[in-house]
Order: sequence, then C-alpha cells, then structure tokens
Amino acid sequence: MSDVKIATRDSYGNALVELGKEHDDLFVLDADLAEATKTGTFKKAFPERHIDCGIQECDMVGIAAGMAATGKVPFCSSFAMFAAGRAYEQVRNSVAYPHFNVKIGATHAGISVGEDGASHQCLEDLALMRAIPGMVVLNPADDIEAKAAVRAAYEYEGPVYLRFGRLAVPVINDNAEYKFEIGKGITLKEGTDVTIIATGLEVGESLEAAKMLEADGVNAEVINIHTIKPLDVDLVVKSAAKTGKVVTVEEHSVIGGLGGAVAEALAEHCPTKMLRIGVHDTFGESGPAVELLKKYELDAAGIYKQIKAFL
Amino acid sequence: MTNLELQKKAVEIRKGIIEGVHAAKSGHPGGSLSATEVFTYLYFEELNIDPKDPKKADRDRFVLSKGHTAPGLYSALANRGFFPVEDLKTLRHVGSHLQGHPCVTHTPGIDASSGSLGQGISIATGMALSAKLSNESYRVYALLGDGEIQEGQVWEAAMFAGFRKLDNLCVIVDNNNLQIDGPVSEVNSPYPIADKFRAFNFHVIEVADGNDFEQLRAAFDEAKATKGAPTAIVMKTVKGKGISFMENQVGWHGKAPNDEQYEQAMEELKKAGEALCQM
Repeated sequence: MSDVKIATRDSYGNALVELGKEHDDLFVLDADLAEATKTGTFKKAFPERHIDCGIQECDMVGIAAGMAATGKVPFCSSFAMFAAGRAYEQVRNSVAYPHFNVKIGATHAGISVGEDGASHQCLEDLALMRAIPGMVVLNPADDIEAKAAVRAAYEYEGPVYLRFGRLAVPVINDNAEYKFEIGKGITLKEGTDVTIIATGLEVGESLEAAKMLEADGVNAEVINIHTIKPLDVDLVVKSAAKTGKVVTVEEHSVIGGLGGAVAEALAEHCPTKMLRIGVHDTFGESGPAVELLKKYELDAAGIYKQIKAFL
Repeated sequence: MTNLELQKKAVEIRKGIIEGVHAAKSGHPGGSLSATEVFTYLYFEELNIDPKDPKKADRDRFVLSKGHTAPGLYSALANRGFFPVEDLKTLRHVGSHLQGHPCVTHTPGIDASSGSLGQGISIATGMALSAKLSNESYRVYALLGDGEIQEGQVWEAAMFAGFRKLDNLCVIVDNNNLQIDGPVSEVNSPYPIADKFRAFNFHVIEVADGNDFEQLRAAFDEAKATKGAPTAIVMKTVKGKGISFMENQVGWHGKAPNDEQYEQAMEELKKAGEALCQM
C-alpha cells in the first residue's frame, strides 16, 4: 500500500480521457455534475463528445439508451443517488431490458459523501442495480482498480453499473501482478481463521483491520470483491469452506448489496456463520467522511472491533 | 402510395390489431386504432426502412413511446413484411416474439423497448442526437399518447431536443383525448398541447384529423422540410377509430373484444375494405 490517496471519482474521469483517446465511439453524459463526477476532465479533452443534459437524470439515461441503440458507447455520469435511485426505472426499462451498451458511472456513493448528508448518501444502489437482469455491477477499491474497471466496462458489451467514491482513498493495488477481470474476486491476504470479503473503499480498511487482528493472533483471509454481480461464487465458497467464518464489509446497506449477495451464495452452496458489516437499515447523516466512517464503524478500527466480537 | 392505397392498408392493419387483441384476450385496441393511420403512413410512405434488412445502418428510427399500442405497431410491421401476418395471433402468448409492449430483443423492426410511459421520447432524442453527432442523415420519429405527456420525463426530453435544435426528430402526439381514467381534460389536462411544445422550442404542426392521410402527408412533409428545430405533430384522432362500438369509448383503452364483438369488428372492417375497392 502506498501513501498516495486518490478518490475513485478522479480515477473515473482520468480513465475516460485515456479511453476517449483510443475510441471515437465513447461519449460521456452528465446531468450538471461534470465538475463533481470528474468527467469535467473528459469535457476539456473532448468537448464534442461530452453531452451535458442539465439536471434531468431520467432523460439522460434515455438519451444514452438512444445513443447506444445507434452504435455509440455512452457513459452516463451522476451521483449514485440519482443514477441508480432517481433513474432506476430508466436504467431497468430503457437500458437493461433491451440490453443496450450503456455504462452508468455513479460517483458519490455511500456514506463517505460526507457533509451533504443522507439525501445524497446512496446506500441502496448495489441492491437496486444487482436486482436488474443482465446488469454488471462494479465497485472498485482504489485508483488502479477503478481505472481498470472503466476500461473493462467499455470492453464489455452490455449495461454496466460502476460505483465510485468522493473520498480520497489509499492505492492498494500497486503491484505488478494486479489484473482486473469482471466477475473475478482477488485474494489480497491468505488466512485460515476468518474470511473478510470487502468491496470498494472498505477493501483498504479491511486490510488494515486484518493487520490489527494479526497482532491478536487472528489470521484473516482478505478478499476484494470488485464485481458485485456476477459474484465470484467459487472464490467465496472456497474461502468460506476453509475458514468457516465469513465477514462482509461494504459502505452500503447490509441489505441487498455485497453482504446480501454473499449470504445468498453461502446459504445455497456452503452455509457458514456470517457477519455483515455495513450500514444497518438506517439513513446516513452530515459530517466529514472520515468521521462518519468512524461513527458507523466502517473504518479499520470499527471493522476490527466488530470482527473481534463476532469471533 | 396514393391515399386510397394507404386507406386500404389501414383496413388491413386494423384487422391485424383486432386479430391480435382478440387472440391475446387482452391488449390495447383503442389507442392502436386511433394511431392506425399514422402507423400506416410511417411504415408505407414515410420511413426509410427495409423489412429484409431491419438493422440497416441508415434506416429511419421509430420509437413507440406509447408502447401499450404495440398491437398497432406489430400489425404495421407484419403488413410491411417484417414478419408473417399470422404471427399477430400469437400476441401476448408465452413464447411469442410479440410481447405486450415492444422489445428490441424480441421483435424484428423494433429499435427501442418501450411501454413505461415517458421513456420513449428520451430514447428517440438520444437517437436523433446520435445522428447529429456522427453526421448521419436518418430521421427519428416518436409517437406519444396525450395522456403520456403528463409524465415529467417527456418535458425533460422536449427541453433537451428543443435546446439542441434536433431537426431530425419528429414527435407525434396522438390526441385522442382519452386515458384509462377518463378524458385527459378531466384527469389532468395536458392542454394546450401545441403551446407547450412551442414553449420548448419545437416547430409545431397541428393536424385537425390525424385519421386523414392527406393531412398526415402534409404534416410529415412539413416536418421533414423544417430546419433548426424538432417538430411536434399534434394530431386530433378518434380513439377506437374504425370499429363503431369502440369509437370514443374509454372502456376500449385496454380491453379485448369477445368472440361476438370480434366477429362484428371484423365484419365492419371487411365492409370498409370492400367500400374502398369500389372507389
């Protein structure tokens, strides 16, 4: 892990610029949030391929559907709350039902939105998007993975939901062997006592928590699930069978997201004692992101504490 | 095609609508029949399409934003040769390619999945924008219901299309004045419709009788000649047009005829066809 911290929304904007240089059919759509979603960098580089729809997310998703129907590859950008929430039905009916090649780039996901508060802290997007047939759902952990995810989304033919954060997070995947493949989880640390399955910014926090557990003599396995759907069931089941205890960690409701997906897989294939760490059926609130992660026990110390109680 | 030939086609398309909803024992005949002339005109006169090559790159696009009137669209597609007319009897049956509402992945000739009201116009707007962005010459048409325009998304798309001056986009509003719960003017009035589209920077063409081919021809010619703004054709029509007992009856919005009503409807259409052959 390096000391560099980058928000994955920045990675999104930067990756789009790189891909835009390679592919003329890539277009970026925004709903008056280009500065915040960091697609402003794409707008500067390729103004003729950036479409600002103004504050109308539902129409933006429909426009993207029409562009995809006519051979373009549109990336729709907005906050997770509006992309997955407000425009849910447009994503389902206009995009996913015809299996159009539209990418939804959702930034400002989770409680780490911070000061804007609960109205803007989407904690249900993974659940909503995961339930749509044929939808690929990606939730990258850091800058390297976010850029790789954007590229993989472009190369994949069909609808993809990408989840990005506002908070700058450590780069954890800066190693030569790193490889991103849709649907393939990554074992970051092998262990035998408990499996920690994390996604998004909670991957870095979980690695820290695993170090704290190590000091107590608990050897935790840490798995990064960047693809919520399709879930890497094999990897999850194998690790659960090995350790006999599974903890999921996500900056999302414990209902329907990573915890829900893993619980479904294990219930069917390998019933295992489980702890779901996330936001427990409540709305968020205003405050600095780091303080909120601490309050909701989604930082390393909070994860460590909850796992200790679980073991 | 001459207007008389189009009228004859319209009779055949109406027969297909009645066949479909009767066989399905459900579906939406009222708005399919009010829009039959516009379906006929688009598929036999206006659109650059090829039934043998439904995905040809430079084809004009049609989006049925009021997707529940799929029986009308399917009948037009079948009569135009996209698939056998006999398929219409499989409407809404398990395993049929003719779903209750249009879907891209099921039916040849369909370019957008629609039926959740208000969404089709956005998709059509995206197609029109797409053509502009890559300097392609195809045109895009979207058919909306007058009840449908109560949906806010319609006006999001209208604002975008007007602002972007998408003159390759032609929006048609089927103003038959009836929605499920009653007259649109009593449920939640969208009137004045033409003024609303004008306010969103559309070129608006008002058609007094949208079941008349001469008036439709003039409107679509004017739309095609209009530069610098999208066009909205707001056409007055009769819901249930062509079947005496369905005309202007709100109850026929989403109901299938029973066997007796089916026989009567087909008899009326047969006579209408015969009358046209005498002309």
